[in-house]
Amino acid sequence: MRVTMFEKTSLTSLRQKLIDRQISPTELVQEYARRMQELNPALNALISWDTERALQTAAQADLSLPLGGLPIAIKDNICCLGEPARCASRMLENFVAPYDATSVSNLRAAGAIPFGRTNMDEFAMGSAGENSAYGATCNPVDKNHAPGGSSSGSAAAVAAGMIPAALGSDTGGSVRQPASHCGVVGLKPTYGRISRYGLVAFASSLDQIGTLTTCVDDAALLLQSLCGHDAMDSTSSRQPVPDFTAELHNGVRGVRIGLPKEYVSSGNAPEVQNALHTAVTTLKAQGAEICEISLPHAQAAVASYYIIACAEASSNLARYDGVRYGYRAEEKADTPGDLYARSRTEGFGEEVKRRIILGTYVLSGGYYDAYYARAQKVRALVARDFAQVFEDGVQLILGPVAPAPAPKLHATDMTPLQIYLADIYTVPANLAGLPAISVPTPQSGLPVGIQLLAPHFEEARLLRAAATLEQSWK
Amino acid sequence: MEPPRIDVAYIAELAKLELSDEERSRFTRDLEQVLAYVAQLEQWDTHDVPPMYHPLEVYDALRADTPGVSLSNEAALANAPQQTDGQFRVPKVVESAH
Repeated sequence: MRVTMFEKTSLTSLRQKLIDRQISPTELVQEYARRMQELNPALNALISWDTERALQTAAQADLSLPLGGLPIAIKDNICCLGEPARCASRMLENFVAPYDATSVSNLRAAGAIPFGRTNMDEFAMGSAGENSAYGATCNPVDKNHAPGGSSSGSAAAVAAGMIPAALGSDTGGSVRQPASHCGVVGLKPTYGRISRYGLVAFASSLDQIGTLTTCVDDAALLLQSLCGHDAMDSTSSRQPVPDFTAELHNGVRGVRIGLPKEYVSSGNAPEVQNALHTAVTTLKAQGAEICEISLPHAQAAVASYYIIACAEASSNLARYDGVRYGYRAEEKADTPGDLYARSRTEGFGEEVKRRIILGTYVLSGGYYDAYYARAQKVRALVARDFAQVFEDGVQLILGPVAPAPAPKLHATDMTPLQIYLADIYTVPANLAGLPAISVPTPQSGLPVGIQLLAPHFEEARLLRAAATLEQSWK
Repeated sequence: MEPPRIDVAYIAELAKLELSDEERSRFTRDLEQVLAYVAQLEQWDTHDVPPMYHPLEVYDALRADTPGVSLSNEAALANAPQQTDGQFRVPKVVESAH
């Protein structure tokens, strides 16, 4: 069942309308507030939105800035001063952010208006948008299907025209996979490109903020304002920030693009195989050179990823103890230990508990070397595969985003392991820290994205190939 | 291969989580399945491979040791479930003297 959606309008075209005075920033916020009001009851893409606050920001909008007057929704795990940051968890239901994430202050400095807190899988753990204390989000293309996750609300809201663009976070595919399932563009930049300060930590060596937009131009526009070194994040990169839009429409003539033979799997749904085939044909027609490559450790990625992600999560989420912030169990506790345990037990949802337990196990005495240390070594092998391919002259890698289009909502016959295995094509970019993007392919049914990956800090090249595909498919 | 055993009750205690009997048996089943799957990591030769703790090498990440602006005491306590006299309030930690 298709939801009546609003026309998706790009940041780039809205910016022109604002500059031409066809619409004011205030009117723009009012228009999107109206759309949220109308569509959110059906989609549950936003947990909350503060129209008053957005209108106040709109009244001072400086249209000379690159994102002047443009409303952008923020995933519920990224802090905006004075607004809730719940991570879609009961644990943080009353948390109000005491500062802006650097990504958000960068957006503000570029003139944007943060507007709307998007729904997500609790603490970014999930890939269907179902693990939310605020209820599941629906896929706007078909309400009976999941939007993907964990940036479920960001992808659904952009796809439904409820907001022109949104921030998400991507630890193992959480920007790219929902983008693929909802038919929007999802960019995960290089690890360290965008500061993680103010992003609620899930797995710190894998987490990266990304964007969900209606087109590749908007991804470039947003990235330009988001990245740069930040003293508040010791892992934030000092790499120079190029002009991501300068060569965006220069095409892919002569670019060598590798197609991993491990990714052209019989395990992929026919729609996914077709999407890959279409992308290959289009890129070839545009003058790119497509070559078969091999990533010998591709099959090891999911196992390595889940050990590392859960280990880091169990450590990061140890901070939720009901003392300094977050949920505190109401029943009187006799000792601090009781207080911690009761607060965590009542505050966390099921998948979060499952991953904390797995993470605690692999870090516990006697198992650390067998699981955690080994997973980190295999991670190095996965990363070496990519380094080798790029060293051999391949400039980009093409692959699927997910093995199948969006599953039905509440498909309860899947075990956690089966759900984790569907992340096979997205987790390698996080393990290796590479930039990657999901671009929608032409489809008549459920959306299917294809993925491009680039060497570290080569987002400009990545975006250029993505823009070429998008342009060819218009 | 012997299916890996995981003592979920003990691990939950370490993680400060209280599980119902139903949760404990479900998590045991789920996690044993995951652990059986990740056992495949043994098949890769990692003999001379250093563990990769971080996706990119970052050097000299420390900033100059000069005081900056921090959250005010009030802002830091604003999300506290309970507070007293400008401090976080917790249950009594030490035993009473008898």
